[in-house]
Order: sequence, then C-alpha cells, then structure tokens
Amino acid sequence: MSEPAILMEHVQKWFGQMHVLRDISLSVETGERVVVCGPSGSGKSTMIRCINRLEEHQKGRIVVDGTELTSDVRALDTIRREVGMVFQSFNLFPHLTILQNCTLAPIRVRRMPKREAEELAMEYLRRVKIPEQAAKYPGQLSGGQQQRVAIARALCMQPKIMLFDEPTSALDPEMIKEVLDTMIGLAETGMTMVCVTHEMGFARQVANRVVFMDRGEVVESGPPAEIFANPATDRLRLFLSQILRGH
Amino acid sequence: MSASHSSSVERAPTLALGAPLSRAAFWLRSRLFATPVSAVVSLALLYLLLRWGWDFFGWAVLHAIWQVPHDAAGLPQTGVCRAAEGVGACWAVVAEKYRFILFGFYPYAQQWRPAICVLLFIGLYAASAQQRFWRRELALIWAVALVLIGALMWGGFAGLPLVADDQWGGLPITLILATFGLAGAFPLAVLAALGRRSRGMPAVRMLCVCYIELIRGVPLISLLFMASVMFPLFLPAGVDIDKLLRAQIAFVLFAGAYLAEVVRAGLQALPKGQSEAADALGLGYWQKTMLIVLPQALRQVIPMLVNTFIGFFKDTSLVLIIGIFDLTTTGRTAIDEPAWQGFGNEIYLLLAAIYFTFCFAMSRTSARLEHLFSRGQRR
Repeated sequence: MSEPAILMEHVQKWFGQMHVLRDISLSVETGERVVVCGPSGSGKSTMIRCINRLEEHQKGRIVVDGTELTSDVRALDTIRREVGMVFQSFNLFPHLTILQNCTLAPIRVRRMPKREAEELAMEYLRRVKIPEQAAKYPGQLSGGQQQRVAIARALCMQPKIMLFDEPTSALDPEMIKEVLDTMIGLAETGMTMVCVTHEMGFARQVANRVVFMDRGEVVESGPPAEIFANPATDRLRLFLSQILRGH
Repeated sequence: MSASHSSSVERAPTLALGAPLSRAAFWLRSRLFATPVSAVVSLALLYLLLRWGWDFFGWAVLHAIWQVPHDAAGLPQTGVCRAAEGVGACWAVVAEKYRFILFGFYPYAQQWRPAICVLLFIGLYAASAQQRFWRRELALIWAVALVLIGALMWGGFAGLPLVADDQWGGLPITLILATFGLAGAFPLAVLAALGRRSRGMPAVRMLCVCYIELIRGVPLISLLFMASVMFPLFLPAGVDIDKLLRAQIAFVLFAGAYLAEVVRAGLQALPKGQSEAADALGLGYWQKTMLIVLPQALRQVIPMLVNTFIGFFKDTSLVLIIGIFDLTTTGRTAIDEPAWQGFGNEIYLLLAAIYFTFCFAMSRTSARLEHLFSRGQRR
C-alpha cells in the first residue's frame, strides 16, 4: 500500500491551559472515508482543522499527501491546494455571486483561465444540483443550497482530500438530507473524505471507519457496523445512547 | 417621479384616494393632525417656520443690497449696505469679493486656471460616485487629472506664467488638501489597520499602534503647527520642503490615524469564518485581504468612513493657523478690508453653503453606496 493521504502521529495541542488534543494518531488512506464523532468539546473539530492548519498543532507530526505540515508557508500552500474544506456555517463569500465564489480560488490560486474556471464551476454546480443559482448571491439561497455551493466551491479546486466540519449542524432538518445526499454522491466518486458529523445514518452508509473522540483523545475506531453494534468502551456506549435518544 | 408615484399607489391601495390633492390631504391628516396634541405641535412649528422663513426671506432677498456704487478711484461705497444693516443682507460683498474668496491671491488674470481645476475635481468626484464608471480606467483618469491639476495650478509651461503655491488660495486649496489628504490617508489607514491586527509581526503591530495612538492623541492644530514650524528646524540648512506639502503630509497622517480605526472596526466585524474559508481555499494573505476581507470590511463601515471624510473635509479649514489661504481663510480675509468690515454674516453664509454642498454630496453618495451594496446580500 502507498503512503496514507493523511498521517497524524502523536499530535498534541493546547488552548492556553486546556489540553484539547492528547496524543492523536490517525492515518487515512487514499480513497478512505472516515467519520469522526464525539460529544461537543471532544476536540474533533480542532483535530480536523489541524489537517489544513486552520489550527496549529504544537507537538507531533501531521503529513498530508506526502507533505509535512510545518510553519513553512510553501508546504502549507501546497497542502491547502490539495485539501478542500466545508464548514458548519458555510462561509460563502457574501459579496460574490455563487459562480464567483466557485471560480475565485481556481483563477487566483490555480491560475486557471476565467472561461475554463467558469465551465468547471458550472459542472460542479450541476453536480450539486443548483446550476440555476449561479448568478445569485449567497444571501438569496437557503441554508441547504448554500452548503451545497460550499461543497462545489471546495471541489472546484479539484482537491485530493475533502474535510467536512459538521456540515449539517447549522441546517434545518428538512435541508440535511440534500446536503448528505451530495456528500454520499461525492463518496461514490472515491474521494478521500474526513467528516466530523453526528449523522450516524451517513456514517453507516458511507464510512469505511468511524473514529470516536472524547476529551481530546481517540477512544475507539473501527468499521461503523462493528463499532455501533459492539461499542468497547462506556464512553462510546453513553455517547451512542445520547445520540440515539436525540433522534 | 410619476413612476414612483403610481407604484406607491399600487403598493398602498388604502392611500389611493384618487386625485393627488386628496392624497396630500390624507397624508397631512394622518401625519400632522392625527391627534389634538400633534395638531397643536404641528401648528406651532408651522407658525415658527413661516415666521422665521419670512424674516429670513425678507433679509436675504426682499431688502437685500445686491450692488454698491464705486467712487472715482474704483473703491466700493458701502454706505447703502451699512444703512441696511440688520434689515437686509449685503450680497454686494459677495459680488465684490467672490473671486478673492474662491481663488485667494492667485493672479487675477490667471484665475481661470484654478477655476478649471475646481471643475476637474468636481468632475472626478461626480464620475467616481457613478457605479458605471467603476473600471480600471477610472484610476488612470484620476492620475491624469491630478497631474493636470498640478500642472495648471503651477504653470510655467506653454506660456502659462509660473504661480508658486504660496499664492494659491481659496476653494482649490481646500479641495487639494481634502482630496490628496484622503487619497493618501486611505491606503495608509488600511495598512495601519491591517498592521494593528497582524498577530504574526509584533514589531509591525507596535509601530501601527504607536502611529495611530500618537496621532489620534494630538489635536490637528498642534500637528499642523509642528509641520509648519518645528519640522523645518530638523531639516539641514538649505533643504526646504514646501509649506503646503508639509501641511498636506500632516493631514494625511492625521486622517490616516482616524480612518485606520474605522477600517479596524470593519475588519473586526467580519466573521472569522470568512478568513478561514479563504485560507482553506489556498488564497495567500494579500489575495485574501484584497478579495475577501477588505471588500466586506469596508462596505460595513461606509457610513463611518464618510463621517470621517466629512469631518476631515471641514478640518482642512484649520490651515488658517499656519497661513495657508484655504476657503475659510480667504473668506475671513475678504472682510478684513475696512470698507467691508462687519459683513461677516453674508460671507460665512456663502462659505457654509459651499461646504454644505460638498458634504451633502458625500452624505448622499454614502447612502447610495450603502443601498447598492446591500442589494442581494442579506444574510
């Protein structure tokens, strides 16, 4: 097997006195789909944000697509070009149209000609099923539509890895499905994905592996069927019971 | 006008009482005379408005003196005006002095040059306020026009006599100080605001904090005074930087510090996610700043920016204390002449009207921009 798409070795991070990531080791193979779950405050968002250095880790090693994350700006640029991210709060650029949101990075970062970038953007907007909204501004779209645009925007950079940081947590229940369907469609193309989510149905359907985090540690990980059927720890058992009660 | 009229009728059928007159009557009744109290207040205000309005009209128009005779030596005979003092305005002082007020000591025969410059400035402002002119070419037009303004004011080529800038005065000085001042201050302000927020470079940050706090903590008058009196003391003998330029630099530094805090407010109001999304897409710092952060941050603070612009436009009148003849100074000087002493009201009304025109135009433009930028961008 070739080297993993993402490799984290003994990663540690503190916010001031608070130890938010305790010795995280995790490797994600190319084409693998990993769902990260855990109670709020467990460090799962921080962990995923370390992968493209929206947060800096303080100890340990993170290697993404063969490049180690250091304070070297070059390495960071390389990694960010290959890693797409979708945020809980969409973070579309409100002063740009949907199309401009999607073409900005390909034109400015990949130096793609404008025409080509627009064709590419329309292709991805069709794939997330909202090509007709291309000329609108983000504020004119529903939450679910905005999140699908955010996915298209990230895909327009043609990344090798996609990170999802609670992509459905800010959505109204009736919009969750359209976003999850888009993500399932993406998973079927063989994209390497790391998703922080509480959507256990999604995890069951697409994940190769579920990673359960609590208090800054990886507590358990394994295939969804196994881990959900036979949680090995009390912490996961408690978490699952709470999640299921909530549904 | 008529279009908006009919559309408001469609939107509010309850107000559509047919003829415009009855609509007006309805408006009056609902807005001004809805209750006995509001009727009394409305009537009282109406009475005051009419009375003062009529008094002012009588002073400014009916009893005003528009011209005064001149004696054999060409000196104005202001006896008529003195006789009418308190009853009618003496607009003759404006008729007599407007050239001096507008252009100061600029050689009389050459005053068409600053006049063209003023028109160029106004043309630039008007064009820049129009969305359809927002292209790259506009920056080029600005550059060319500003060079042209400098060339016209100084002269010394193509048969135009050289006019040193200590002879400049009046409205062109005000517009030059304000325009170059803001044009210089704005980029400085953006850099200082960005610098103040940069976490990675503590030295830059300290420098920006010091600049902003030092300049903001000092009255503009003392800054101008330092620029005009103290600064030359530190220059080697023989080196002399022009007084107008020194005042201009003082203005740039002053306005820059104030604008920097306005820009910083805009930067702080921007959700962190915007910057993170730009980072995640691989945009570099300057790409992120120019394409994502600043466009949004500046839109947020348009009202505050324009507020500072307006205040600053009027602050240019403080160059009075260092002997530069801006519009306010020429106005004051115009009534120093014994014949015209005591006609300050008329002159200051004129000055107020000129300042108001520019400031009101800025205010309206600001409102238009806000409206324009808010379209389709609700969140």
